[in-house]
Amino acid sequence: MPLLHIAKLSKRYGTDKYALDSIDFTVATGEFVAIIGPSGAGKSTLLRCINHMIPMTSGDVLIADASTKSMNATQLRAHRTQIGMIFQHYNLVNRLSVIENVLHGRLGYKSTAAGVMGWYSNAEKQQAVEILQNLGLSDHMYKRCDQLSGGQKQRVGIARALIQNPKLLLCDEPIASLDPSAAKIIMDTLKDINQRLGITIIVNLHQVDVAMRYAQRIIGINSGKIVCDAAPHSLTPDIIHEVYGSEAGELILDFGEQHAHA
Amino acid sequence: MHTLDFFTKKRLSFGLFVVVLLGLTYVTIIFTEYNVAKGFTSIPKAIRWATTNFYPDAASLKKLPSILLKLRDTVMMSVASATIASACAFFVAIFGAQTTRINVWFSVFARGIATIFRNIDVSAWALILLFSFGQSSFTGYFALFFVTFGFMVRVLIETIDEVSTDSVEALRATGASYFAIIAQSVVPSCLPQLVSWVLFMIETNIRSATLVGILTGTGIGYSFDIYYKSLNYHAASLVIIVIVISVLAIEAVSNWIRRAVL
Ligand SMILES: Nc1ncnc2c1ncn2[C@@H]1O[C@H](COP(=O)(O)OP(=O)(O)O)[C@@H](O)[C@H]1O
Ligand SMILES: [Mg+2]
Repeated sequence: MPLLHIAKLSKRYGTDKYALDSIDFTVATGEFVAIIGPSGAGKSTLLRCINHMIPMTSGDVLIADASTKSMNATQLRAHRTQIGMIFQHYNLVNRLSVIENVLHGRLGYKSTAAGVMGWYSNAEKQQAVEILQNLGLSDHMYKRCDQLSGGQKQRVGIARALIQNPKLLLCDEPIASLDPSAAKIIMDTLKDINQRLGITIIVNLHQVDVAMRYAQRIIGINSGKIVCDAAPHSLTPDIIHEVYGSEAGELILDFGEQHAHA
Repeated sequence: MHTLDFFTKKRLSFGLFVVVLLGLTYVTIIFTEYNVAKGFTSIPKAIRWATTNFYPDAASLKKLPSILLKLRDTVMMSVASATIASACAFFVAIFGAQTTRINVWFSVFARGIATIFRNIDVSAWALILLFSFGQSSFTGYFALFFVTFGFMVRVLIETIDEVSTDSVEALRATGASYFAIIAQSVVPSCLPQLVSWVLFMIETNIRSATLVGILTGTGIGYSFDIYYKSLNYHAASLVIIVIVISVLAIEAVSNWIRRAVL
């Protein structure tokens, strides 16, 4: 049974052209999928439609064959608790401690009152400590997040997603703001989570080489449409050129204009 | 050629602005029969008068206890209006900020209210409220309350959108409820700025309260008014000195609190 099925998903912001145009694919439990494409292709929009952070225009997102098209507020919250999300800019509450930020991942399971008061059970606190130990952050548990490096912040972001006990992790350019060595640690961590915990991972990436190294499957998007969906080894320069086509085209145009001015 | 046009246009419109400003100044000088030269030459005369009359003497020191009592009223009113108005403003700002608004129209409404309250000057509010409450401390209190409220709604909307957009997105993605997101992400992120602005409003309100007191016949402004009108310049100057000292003291205290919070 597929974990996730995206069915003819389209998204249009206002009256602009379609940011996603009839996207169709299926992800099995345990897969590690990379989504590549030039900026503006619709990668972030796609991830945010999966957990309904932005409303889709048409189509459907099915989790374990169940439609998520029309949910009430309670169902929406339950849907989101199953899906962890990791961001390019980490999106932590910088003034709070590492462990408080990790525990935020439990808020989806709580009543409004418990959430407002920040009441966490001992089991939850224990789980937060264990996750932080596994991610090599036990020395920083009580530090404020604004004292951490980028790579450490991203690991806090991953810990916050893991404590949700998610079925699926959505990662929106998780390494775009990191230096190569921190980026490697983050990608290795994601790979480990995928293999050891069996959590399905969809990660948006800008770098084709990273996608080829880590993912089992690469989906290329351009202008809101899927242009390729293949295993990394079957990716050819031609296909990559097709994915990044418009961006390459623009580069050539810029080049031509510079010459005209000179 | 477009660039050239752009800069010529910019220079022309700036030139036009200067010409209009000079013209306006000239016209107003003619109309008010303001003598620029005489305005400047009277400054030394004013200083000479102040040094010979405007200082506290031994007799005026006897008034110090009653002056301090009035000062206490003014400070209390400023603190109360600043804190309570800021608390109200925080709730309205949550509905007004793009990050946390519930719907667009509520946001437009919140911003509109803030603009109206802010753009009516505190002395204008005092005059308006004189009709409803007469010369009482309510008039001054509400005048300060309204202006603080309008100002705080505006700065808090900006603060919320500036410091909490990312973490609000992350908590929304975990499935946290609306009020849990506010309590766990917006409040801690905004807290230093909130405290800082409340302190700023207390300082501002003490200055305004003195002037409003002259209109409403309350607080330290009223003391100054009586002494000045009864030609007791020594006591009036003592009032000024007390105000200056208290304003400086409060600024020192609030700077200390700011450093402690940040
Ligand atoms: N909030 C928004 N409002 C309007 N247009 C948007 C918004 N977010 C994204 N878009 C547009 O949708 C398209 C896809 O954007 P995005 O999903 O962010 O691409 P990517 O993540 O691949 O860079 C772009 O053309 C972008 O300008
Ligand atoms: Mg993006």
